[in-house]
Amino acid sequence: MSSQEIVFVVLGIVGLGAAVRLVTARNVVHAALYLVVSLAMVGGTYLVLAAEFVAFVQVLIYVGAIVVLLLFSLMLTRAPIGREALDNQQRGISALVALGILAGLAFLIQDAFRDARIEPDATPTGAVGVSIFQNFVLPFELVSVLLLAALIGAVVLARKDLP
Amino acid sequence: MIRLPLVLFFSAGLFSVGVYGVLARRNAVLVLMSIELMLNAVNVNLVAFSQLLRDTILAGQVFALFVITVAAAEVGIGLAIVILIYRNRETINIDEVNLLKW
Repeated sequence: MSSQEIVFVVLGIVGLGAAVRLVTARNVVHAALYLVVSLAMVGGTYLVLAAEFVAFVQVLIYVGAIVVLLLFSLMLTRAPIGREALDNQQRGISALVALGILAGLAFLIQDAFRDARIEPDATPTGAVGVSIFQNFVLPFELVSVLLLAALIGAVVLARKDLP
Repeated sequence: MIRLPLVLFFSAGLFSVGVYGVLARRNAVLVLMSIELMLNAVNVNLVAFSQLLRDTILAGQVFALFVITVAAAEVGIGLAIVILIYRNRETINIDEVNLLKW
């Protein structure tokens, strides 16, 4: 096991543990904080995979912006405490479905990629920028229009004096 | 050197936990958080395969960035809808929101 693998496994275990605690937490604010841990660990795995720009964007947008947005909405709505208030009656069958998906994916991964190895290559931020503005200009502009539409839509939806 | 199945197992685990969260939670904000987990699992796969295939135009990483942007837009709209529902119904339990029109 290489040192990169050891770091990856540690990050993965912490991230998965935080994710499991997120879906079983009894307090919504604790759930949001577990989401922070899980997303930060995913950002760490991007660093291990030598994708530095994606890692920084992950920390900036997910940990910085999205979690704060989620916390805001938790504080604007009533957040009851307790498992019965936060979970519905389908816990057993949901766990069954999730485990089924995990088993199917694990079988397929073992079947298809058993011997694949990644040799992470440093991808400098400049290369990502060049690729965006040379090969993906149209999708980039489309995403900016989408963000503007989402912004206006959110403002219109959440306005108090809705017609 | 990293074995690819390790990365893919991590991503599959994250995705399954997200599926469980979406199915078992009844608070709308917690459902949105679980959706974020699933989107992150997809991003991990995109970055891993970008490195595996030695992608010269870095399409995997650029698409991961696009997914993050779309996720931000989705959370913005989703939370606006959640706050609107809370204002109308005084609850954000999605199993109690069973009318399309108030």
